[in-house]
This record gives sequence, structure tokens and C-alpha cells, in this order.
Amino acid sequence: MVTLSNAGLQQRGKWLVRGVSLTVGRGELVTLVGPNGSGKSSTAKMMLGINQPSEGSVVSAPGIRKGYVPQKIHIDWTVPLTVLGLMRLTGRVDKATCHGALERTGGLHLLKKPVQELSGGEFQRVMIARALLTRPDLLVLDEPTQGVDLTGELELYEMIAQLKDELNCGVLLISHDLHMVMAATDRVICLNGHICCEGTPQAVAESDVYHQLIGPKAAAAFAFYNHRHDHEHLPDGTVRQADGSITQNCHPENEPHAHAHNGSDKHAG
Amino acid sequence: MLDDFFTRAVLAGIGVALIAGPFGCFIVWRRMSYFGDTLAHSALLGVVLGLVLELNLMLAVFLICALASLMLVALRNVRVLPTDAVLGMLSHSTLALGLVALGMMTWLRVDLNALLFGDILSVSKADLVLIYGLGAILVTLLIFLWTPLLASTVSADIARAEGLPDRLADVFFMLMVAAVVAVSMRLVGVLLVTALLIIPAITVRPFCRTPQAMAAAAALAGVLSVVLGLWGSLSTDSPSGPSIVVAAFILFLASLFTTSVLNRMNRGNSQ
Repeated sequence: MVTLSNAGLQQRGKWLVRGVSLTVGRGELVTLVGPNGSGKSSTAKMMLGINQPSEGSVVSAPGIRKGYVPQKIHIDWTVPLTVLGLMRLTGRVDKATCHGALERTGGLHLLKKPVQELSGGEFQRVMIARALLTRPDLLVLDEPTQGVDLTGELELYEMIAQLKDELNCGVLLISHDLHMVMAATDRVICLNGHICCEGTPQAVAESDVYHQLIGPKAAAAFAFYNHRHDHEHLPDGTVRQADGSITQNCHPENEPHAHAHNGSDKHAG
Repeated sequence: MLDDFFTRAVLAGIGVALIAGPFGCFIVWRRMSYFGDTLAHSALLGVVLGLVLELNLMLAVFLICALASLMLVALRNVRVLPTDAVLGMLSHSTLALGLVALGMMTWLRVDLNALLFGDILSVSKADLVLIYGLGAILVTLLIFLWTPLLASTVSADIARAEGLPDRLADVFFMLMVAAVVAVSMRLVGVLLVTALLIIPAITVRPFCRTPQAMAAAAALAGVLSVVLGLWGSLSTDSPSGPSIVVAAFILFLASLFTTSVLNRMNRGNSQ
């Protein structure tokens, strides 16, 4: 439905991403992974037509409706906005449609709440409901689980996979954690300023390139990317770090009882 | 009735407050108060231009402010320097330039006090027509551009993804603010224009649940400030422009006090 051919985006003389060719078809879920600043959002914005590619091209099938959940936005306290107001932000939508979309994403009870009072998970449910209003053919979600806890994250990903089937739409999903979305994803594209590798989730997760970029063993060497792929979420809620240790959360060094930067770190590396 | 200078002043003030309220809300929401200041200060250069070329002063001020706002839009897109540094520099440089240029025109007798702090008591019938005529146009334009403006205030990406003309709305908004400055300058002067735009908006924010309600409430708070300020100015013989701003500030303090009392009561109830 939407195809990028060798597309690149340049801003202020800097290439954010180059040489991206990718297609999202109906009923297909494509996941973009990659470190921060690797061009995931830029790629999504070219797909949506927010930014025109500086080189290459983007072609959308005629009459395609696109729904967009941007990376977590911050709405200033000075703007008085209720959930209903946010749903109607870009145009008048009748109440029944708003209700239906919010009901589907489990946010109907929030309708009259000020957006500033929503939790991370509630806000993302409202944003997904917004994207559903137009009954999109292509749904683009940029890290839809940012600021959402682990259980909520699983629920959201499950809901996105269901929505894809209900609407029979294509989905472009940007995720920071390949393992969370592996089951529902048809195709994974790993970005780092360009396409590093792509294929089925299994193939990418096992490929050398992916491991070099994001894989557990190389995580320490690539720490300057400041990405968060150096750990794995285990089913019981604990986290396996790059050095194989099991911790209660992703970034034990931020915790008071941290055991990073001491002896145990050295013999692991 | 219009023959009385005080009635004319009150009517002019009400007109300006009705325009400034909704525009002030957008300036607060878009975090542009420093931008408003910069525009207002460059208005002084507009006065110089108007005097030299013998143009209508309001028109000359609008032209210079519009030019300044377009330059600011361009500068913002280049991002060589941090935005606040650019605005801080331009805001005071334009003010200084205006003052120097006025000082050099020794053949003209200019009431600097009136330019800096306003001269609402000298408003003429023609001024009134201009304020209400321009005001009607500006508010109509704002209503027309409401949706793209509000959407791009909340998220430019969403606005653009859903096909709203956010950049066009942006440029129009800058030009409209330039016009608002030109209209309001007579009332409170270049140094206090931003206060009239911003204070009523933040005063009513805690009591509003929708942007539309806040725009309307800000206009009313502005009207109240004008009436109270002019009444205070008449009874204590204080300067009119600053009195209006002081009245707006007192309303803001009252709002702050009310909200904190309400919050405390709510917390008491929930415990």
C-alpha cells in the first residue's frame, strides 16, 4: 500500500537515514528496530508524508487512509484539553465514532478527563483510539509502549495485532524491543542510519549483523549508542542483563543497590 | 457619549482586551511570550518608520512587526543559536535601536512615555473604528484557523500527518500577532503589550477545561482588567496603561489564591 524506494531524509545538512526501501502491505505487520537516532522515526515520517524524502521516493496507493500514533508527546499544562478534545483535535468527529474507538482500546471511561491526568498506558490507549477514527488502511505506531509498564506493554502489543486483523490494515511498528513484538511481526527491519538487515523476526534476531548492533554480547562495545537493547525481559518479570546476570529491572545502575561499575562488571567483560 | 474621552478609553480598552484574550492563550500554549515581547519592542522601530515616511502609525507598526515576525520564523528554522538567546538579543536590540532612532530625530516632538507605556486617554473616534474593525477581522481569522493552529500547538507531527496546513497556520498566526501588537500598542505601550496578552490567559487557565472556554474566559478577564485598571487610574490619578496591567496582575493573584484554596479543600475531602 505504501512503498519507500531508496528513500533518505536530510535535515540541516545531516542525513538522518538513507537508502531505505520498504513496503507495508495490507494485513502485514512490519517492525522497525534499531538504536536511538538510527532513523526509525524519520522513516515513519516519510511513510506518513510528514516529511518528503530528500532522495528516493515514497508512493502511496490512491485513497489510502493513514493513522498515526507519534512518539509519546508531551501536552503542556497550559493547554486545557480533555480526552474528547484530543480525539477531535484535527477535526470534528461525531461522538459515537469517538466512543466506539475509545471503547475498542479500553479508554472510554477517560472521555472527560484532562489529558494531563492520564497515566502513560491510558494516554497511549487514547492515542491509538485517535488513530482508529479514520478506519486507517495503514497504522503507524512510533514506540507506542513508551512510559508503559511491562504488563501494559504486552497488552498493548496484543491489541495492536488484533486491530490489524479487525481492520485488515497494514501496520508499521517502531519498537525498542524486538523480543516483545516477535510473535506478531511478519517482517523486521533493523535500522542504523540505513537498513542493516531485514527478514523474519527469527532470522533477524539470530543474524550476526543484528547481534553486532544490538545483540547481548556486543552490547558493552556499543554502549555509546545509548540504546536499551542490552537486556532481555524474562517471562517472570525479571531482566537478564548483557553479562548474564538477572536483575529486577532494566537498568540496575540507576538503582541505589546497583552492582554495576564494580568488580563483577570487569570479569564479565 | 463617545465625546467623553474616558468613555472612548474604556471602549478602546474593552475592544483590545477582547482581541488580546484568545491570541494571548495561543501565545501561552505555544510558549511564545518572549516572541511577543520581541515583536512589541520592534514596534518602536515601526513608529520611527511611520514618523519619517508620514504613514499611519498603526500601519507602520504592523509592517515592521510583520517583518520582524517573518524573520523570526526564518531564524527559528535555521537554529544557529538557541531560540531564547536570539529572542533575548533581538528583543532588546530592537528596543534600543528604536530609542536611538527616535532620539536622533530632534526635529520631532515625540511623547516617549506614551509610546512605552501607552496613552489610552487620547484615543479618538477613528481609533475606535480601527480597533473594532481590525479586531473583528483578526478574531474571524483566528476562528477560521483554529483547528490547524490548535493541532500544531499540541503536536506538529499529528497536524501534518492528518493533512492540516500547520506551516501556513503558523505564518498567519505570526502575522496576526503582529497586528494585535499594533492595535494594542496605543493602549498599554510597547513595554506592556505582552502583559495584556499573557496575564489574562494564565489567570483563567485553572478554571477552564477546553481551549475554547479558555480563550473566551481570557477575553473576559482582560475586559475586567481594563475596566478595573481605568477606574483605578481615574480615582487615584495613576498612569492608565500600567494601571491596567496592575489590575490584570491582581486578578492573577486572586486566581492563584482561589486555586490553592480549592486544591486544599479537595485534598481535605479526599482524605
